[in-house]
Amino acid sequence: MVAGAGRSGHLLGERRSPARALFLGKYSPLIYMVAAWELATATGFIPEMLLPRFSDVIVAWVRMMISGELLEHALSSLWREAAGFSSSVAFGITTGIAMARFRVLRDLFEPLLRLLFPLPKSALIPILIVWLGIGHLSKIAVIFLGCILPVIVSSFNGARGVDRHLIWSALIMGTGRRKLLWRVIIPGALPDILSGTRLALAVSFVLLVGSEMLAGNTGLGFLTYFLSEAGDLAGMFAAIFTLTLLGFLADRLYLRVMRRILIWQQEGQG
Amino acid sequence: MSEPRVKIRATGVSKTYISPSGESVLALDGVDLEVRENEFLSIVGPSGCGKSTFLYLVAGVLDISGGGIHKDETPIRGPGPDRGLVFQHFALFPWRTVIGNICYGLEEQGVSRPERAERARELIGRVGLKGFENVYPNQLSGGMKQRVALARTLAYDPEVLLMDEPFGALDAQTRLLMQEELLDLWSEKKKTVIFITHDVREAVYLSDRVAVMTARPGRIKKIVQTRPPGSAAGRDHVETQEFVEKVNEIWSLVRDEVVIS
Repeated sequence: MVAGAGRSGHLLGERRSPARALFLGKYSPLIYMVAAWELATATGFIPEMLLPRFSDVIVAWVRMMISGELLEHALSSLWREAAGFSSSVAFGITTGIAMARFRVLRDLFEPLLRLLFPLPKSALIPILIVWLGIGHLSKIAVIFLGCILPVIVSSFNGARGVDRHLIWSALIMGTGRRKLLWRVIIPGALPDILSGTRLALAVSFVLLVGSEMLAGNTGLGFLTYFLSEAGDLAGMFAAIFTLTLLGFLADRLYLRVMRRILIWQQEGQG
Repeated sequence: MSEPRVKIRATGVSKTYISPSGESVLALDGVDLEVRENEFLSIVGPSGCGKSTFLYLVAGVLDISGGGIHKDETPIRGPGPDRGLVFQHFALFPWRTVIGNICYGLEEQGVSRPERAERARELIGRVGLKGFENVYPNQLSGGMKQRVALARTLAYDPEVLLMDEPFGALDAQTRLLMQEELLDLWSEKKKTVIFITHDVREAVYLSDRVAVMTARPGRIKKIVQTRPPGSAAGRDHVETQEFVEKVNEIWSLVRDEVVIS
């Protein structure tokens, strides 16, 4: 029959514990890969010039963590990431919804968006460095511009795709044209918006690292590139690990927030 | 004997819309219809005849192309809570719980929180949703969703209830149950109902009168009195000779139009 009221209450809890129990199981293949890596490098099967020993990478990671080097670069990257991503989300959602609501804006921006959509956003890096220098600002701008398209497009589609019957219902019940935006359009568009911003989140890390490698002297991207040039492969891998970890955590956090917001999408057995 | 008051009066209503391919389509062509106060009137007709379009015009969510629709002799301009609309696919706000949906109209009308809670609780009991107050629509079956939609509409107490194939998406058993409940509600709350359906038996069972529409462009072909004035609505007269005759009469009228279209 129908899912009872009590069900929705412990859904979250229900999901959490098996997830935790599963953690080892789900990620256990990683353990075998690490073991294979260590074995192949320790026996000299893969020369250390190409791939450092896994244990050396851990040692390098701990050393760079203690010296504060890793943290300093990580904070620099995080700041750029946060500023670029959040500004592109804020601006992108507003633009996308405004375009869905106002024909003039759609006609104005659509050709530009169509043109820019296929452009690999990393191509923007050199010009932004020329304009904005090698500091934080050029990286933030790269992320902002690179992420904004998926956010605009998903917000636009989400707002356009709101079921007209929902809009009619709201109008009948006395919602004014202005309030309609907050009461119906935005909540209705949220699932689309949130999946678009998740895509943007992934893109943002690519652009962050790319732009840091090309210019400047801070950030994990810079650190990775610098250490590889310096021949410190273990250190370079430690920097890459840190980047991977940050990207992974950002995505997990995002998913968690997204599920929280979209709790109403949970389906019962109807 | 005094004539019953006319609640909704449609005169020469026409509606033209632009199809996705760019041509203009005449959906309704000169619909004349009077719906009396507290009457239950159904509209049946072949698919695509414009019966839903007509309902949306009465609701004021679509613009009329020609003619006029009056409620209490005042022209209808735009949507309003005096004419509640119930859809085939429920149109519940998926991000609001059952109680959130039911209270929506009351919130927009500026009804105070305690009064909203009071009214919602009463309706939830009335339509059998007790225990589901805080569930989201996604977790409900079709029948439950339509109960929520009905409660949401009754909450702001519209004078006219416009129903667009409200039971069309439900399974046969739920459908029968909902029909009975609707009749109960209708005789209790005394509202003017315009009910769109494909199902001739449903129309005869529920209605005082049934209007048959022609194939597109839709007009009213004939209006059949299905329940003698003053007689009580209910299951009792189903399967009587008279009931079956009415169903057959209306079905043959619809059939001719289906064949044409």
